[in-house]
Amino acid sequence: MSKKVLVIGEAREGSLRNVTFEAIAAANIVSDGGEVVGVLCGDGELKEMAQEMVYYGAARVITVSNPELKTYTSDGYAQAVHQVIEDESPEGIIMGHTAIGKDLTPKLASRLESGLISDATEVTAESGDIVFTRPIYSGKAFEKKKITDGLVFATIRPNNIPALNRDDSLTGAVSEKDVQISNIRTIIKEVLRKSSDGVDLSEAKVIVAGGRGVKSAEGFEPLEKLAEVLGGTVGASRGACDAGYCDYSLQIGQTGKVVTPDLYIACGISGAIQHLAGMSNSKVIVAVNKDPEANIFNVADYGIVGDLFDVIPKLTEEIKQMKVNA
Amino acid sequence: MNIYVLLKRTFDTEEKIAVNGGAIAEDGAEYIINPYDEYAVEEAINLRDAHGGEVTVVTIGEEDAEKQLRTALAMGADKAVLVNTEDDLEEGDQFTTVKILEAFFEDKEADIILAGNVAIDEASGQVGPRLAERLDMACVTTITKIDVDGSTVNIERDVEGDVEKVETSLPLLVTCQQGLNEPRYPSLPGIMKAKKKPLEELEIDDLDLDEDDVEAKTTTMEIFLPPAKEAGKVLEGEVDDQVKELVSLLKTEAKVL
Repeated sequence: MSKKVLVIGEAREGSLRNVTFEAIAAANIVSDGGEVVGVLCGDGELKEMAQEMVYYGAARVITVSNPELKTYTSDGYAQAVHQVIEDESPEGIIMGHTAIGKDLTPKLASRLESGLISDATEVTAESGDIVFTRPIYSGKAFEKKKITDGLVFATIRPNNIPALNRDDSLTGAVSEKDVQISNIRTIIKEVLRKSSDGVDLSEAKVIVAGGRGVKSAEGFEPLEKLAEVLGGTVGASRGACDAGYCDYSLQIGQTGKVVTPDLYIACGISGAIQHLAGMSNSKVIVAVNKDPEANIFNVADYGIVGDLFDVIPKLTEEIKQMKVNA
Repeated sequence: MNIYVLLKRTFDTEEKIAVNGGAIAEDGAEYIINPYDEYAVEEAINLRDAHGGEVTVVTIGEEDAEKQLRTALAMGADKAVLVNTEDDLEEGDQFTTVKILEAFFEDKEADIILAGNVAIDEASGQVGPRLAERLDMACVTTITKIDVDGSTVNIERDVEGDVEKVETSLPLLVTCQQGLNEPRYPSLPGIMKAKKKPLEELEIDDLDLDEDDVEAKTTTMEIFLPPAKEAGKVLEGEVDDQVKELVSLLKTEAKVL
């Protein structure tokens, strides 16, 4: 049965996050030949980004511009998107499982008294049902879920559902909607940027992660250099965070972030089960560890037994060379 | 302050997961307080010690969850409530949980409700913000620092690695992120005292709800384990050669460079 499905888009630093395009692809499956409608909130010019959503497969896009939507607040965005939902009466809603998605979608689902399937890594149509696959126990197992009643509402994990190919011959209407926003109960005073390159761990294609073997905060420097060469970002095990070598926001594992990059390079990480839960579904895993018995080698595609302070700088240099020659 | 904590009993993080007859095998598993809820318990106790009042820990689940509630009481919470759904509910989801919590909080004058940012088992992260919406409370998720001054509340929250400083006011619901605090271990006197602290047990009847009111909006069709990862290739030879081989493999075999 074809459905009208809204995709709530998300921008970061003035451009759309890739997960927005992935959400359009997911919505396309949910809609089953129905209409995929983009929604984009912010303050000021949104038309160009809306157009981009059309190129990635949205049939049309609704933009909502309001000074109260300049930065994300749960109250502001919940009110704005809710008003669009009331106008459009969609049968499905898809958004990225990002910081904003995690904050906003449960509030909307609660307002709408609907179900919500969070953090899906796969969406399929199976004999009339829309089925969402999602990790449980931090990826130690998976479940298939469906909505039994009403709105098909889900968030999708970045980096798992491929976006459709960009096609700038596609056309679609971009319309503006005015919304009323009142009673925002949280005031954002300041944002301290800690993530140096703006790539969030959950969206990163390449992660270079350090464990206790990194030995100190300074020990992360060679990892950062390698990440830079690969266009990736740095993560850590709980051991490294607990030892104070880095911030908890970098922690990957059962407590911390669950990541699925294309390439995960584990440096000086022993591979405790809690850490493996957070990264073992990465597409390709490389482990560098002094201890040949380390558990991390059991999940690694490629392993080097050696001192990371010897191996990582050489690896960085080798990749640099490769890029120069290419 | 009237402080509430939402708590969930979960598998210990050490547990390997097995699937038996389409469900997660629970035989012999060790259970803990969901680690993120543990941060909530700790912070609730700190808030009470600084501002006075009472900490009530609430869980929805089966009889066995009493153990985790006693642990929270031993840490220093004052009261505990178990909404026992063992006889009434076959399958619930976040809608179900929040419907029950909404009914529970209807006649409570909560100043602050603390929840974990996510549970490590089902990991939906929905219950906190969903409940805030039903109770019409301000909501701040993934907090790493909180200061209450009268009715003004200053918070730091983790937003994908960045720190967002937020000002808001009570009443308030927050969800707790790692880095907020270091949860204490229950002391022996704490454990002794916990045995005498009030633990109230309710059923959904007591909240004027029946099964239909809380019927789940989603259903689980299948649970399965990811395919076992095959042991990879450990490279050999001099470090320089291993590095060269690795780059070549990443490029030609794994195709990620």
